[in-house]
Amino acid sequence: MGEAIVITSGKGGVGKTTTTANLGTALALMDKKVCLMDTDIGLRNLDVVMGLENRIIYDIIDVIQKRCKLKQALIKDKRFDYLYLLPAAQTSDKSDLTPDGMVEMITELKQEFDYILIDCPAGIEQGYKNAVAGADKALVVTTPEKSSVRDADRIIGLLEKEEIESPHLIINRIRNHMMKSGDMLDIDEIVQILSIDLIGIVADDDEVIKASNHGEPVAFQPNTKASIAYRNIARRILGESVPLLSLDDEKGVFSKVKKFFGMRS
Amino acid sequence: MITNKQLITIKGTRDGLTLYIDDTCSFTAVLEELDQVLSTEYTDDDEPMITVTIQLGNRYLHKEQEQKLRDLIRSKKKLVVQTIASDVISKQEALQWKADSEMKVITKMIRSGQVLDITGDLLLIGDVNPGGKITATGNIFVLGNLRGIAHAGCLGNREAVIASSYMQPMQLRIADFISRSPDYEADGVYMECGFINDNKEKIVIDRLQVLAQKRPDLNGFERRILNG
Repeated sequence: MGEAIVITSGKGGVGKTTTTANLGTALALMDKKVCLMDTDIGLRNLDVVMGLENRIIYDIIDVIQKRCKLKQALIKDKRFDYLYLLPAAQTSDKSDLTPDGMVEMITELKQEFDYILIDCPAGIEQGYKNAVAGADKALVVTTPEKSSVRDADRIIGLLEKEEIESPHLIINRIRNHMMKSGDMLDIDEIVQILSIDLIGIVADDDEVIKASNHGEPVAFQPNTKASIAYRNIARRILGESVPLLSLDDEKGVFSKVKKFFGMRS
Repeated sequence: MITNKQLITIKGTRDGLTLYIDDTCSFTAVLEELDQVLSTEYTDDDEPMITVTIQLGNRYLHKEQEQKLRDLIRSKKKLVVQTIASDVISKQEALQWKADSEMKVITKMIRSGQVLDITGDLLLIGDVNPGGKITATGNIFVLGNLRGIAHAGCLGNREAVIASSYMQPMQLRIADFISRSPDYEADGVYMECGFINDNKEKIVIDRLQVLAQKRPDLNGFERRILNG
């Protein structure tokens, strides 16, 4: 029996889709059976980020309206045998998706997969309600910006009303130099305001944008900062305890040597 | 009903007249006798207005009756009803009174977009985040961070106070006064309280300790019983 995790944020553009794609990839790297579910009807992106855009034949609305079987709509990933995508519809009406329909689909998917990651649309309307309907757990993505933290707070408040475990927090797009200079909210401040458990932090990394434009999630790369961060989050989802990544850039061999001798760089 | 017993007793004090109304007879009987009594009382045109206090004893008057009584007395020149006192109140009023004077303890985080509305005093154990709002008809005490909006005495009680372990509110409102945080980025303060200052012109924020002087009757809810 699998577990359904919704990835949500309230605000748009903070990296829900990127996070979904990368966590899916990272979990698949650890030999888990994963299904990604895009619920952003009309504005689907997850297929693009995963590089599976041109393989879509049926979508989630086709499943809901029984034009195809659930298995027919699932798209197998290029790289993994057990990573699948259920794409959102691009042309249908948002109201075609219902919470009941979602619960039904997720129950079916749970038989087959270990993890079902649900990519939630921005906002707190119907789309959000659909996305959280069948979820067991929730991950809230925020960036270190006031507006995004405010919306995350709102979403956490709404999630508390659902039958979902207390959500976990991912802080995305951290720019270390801005945080240090105090121009960005720092991590402790965000966690204090939102007062939910932090499950991971992801640094702002050009590689993320590059990779998603190539349709290949950054988590697939062996050692960029963001990919390590996403894989660490995936390990924490599996229950391992992994310390948070240090945000400091290590400058060359010298600082590494200093660190080796226990000196402060 | 014919009775020799006097239904209405008038006593003069330094502050004016006090009417003691018998609480065993019917209300119409009271009105009749009051009309007679007051008509016979002779008042001089030169005399100043006399304030009247009415003691009802164990009689309960509802709003219309009270108004009738006031109208009757007011129609007699030179008499002004100051207060109507009764030893009894309706159950509804009593419950309302209790609700107004009770301290509600709530453990919750008030997040952005959430509103907590309380009758009486509020003791919130938890934070109020930016965008969140708490209102109470009485005082507000927050054991936690106050970063949102707090409205104390929302039905008009200007004596109400807002106290918090950490104050960095977006707005403080007390009765019909509103103050907001400055436009520049400012750190919050620990263990402070907001109240309307002595001149009744604005909300000021000061150390919690000054409440002992500024609002001495904050102690316990007996104060409302005593003050009526």
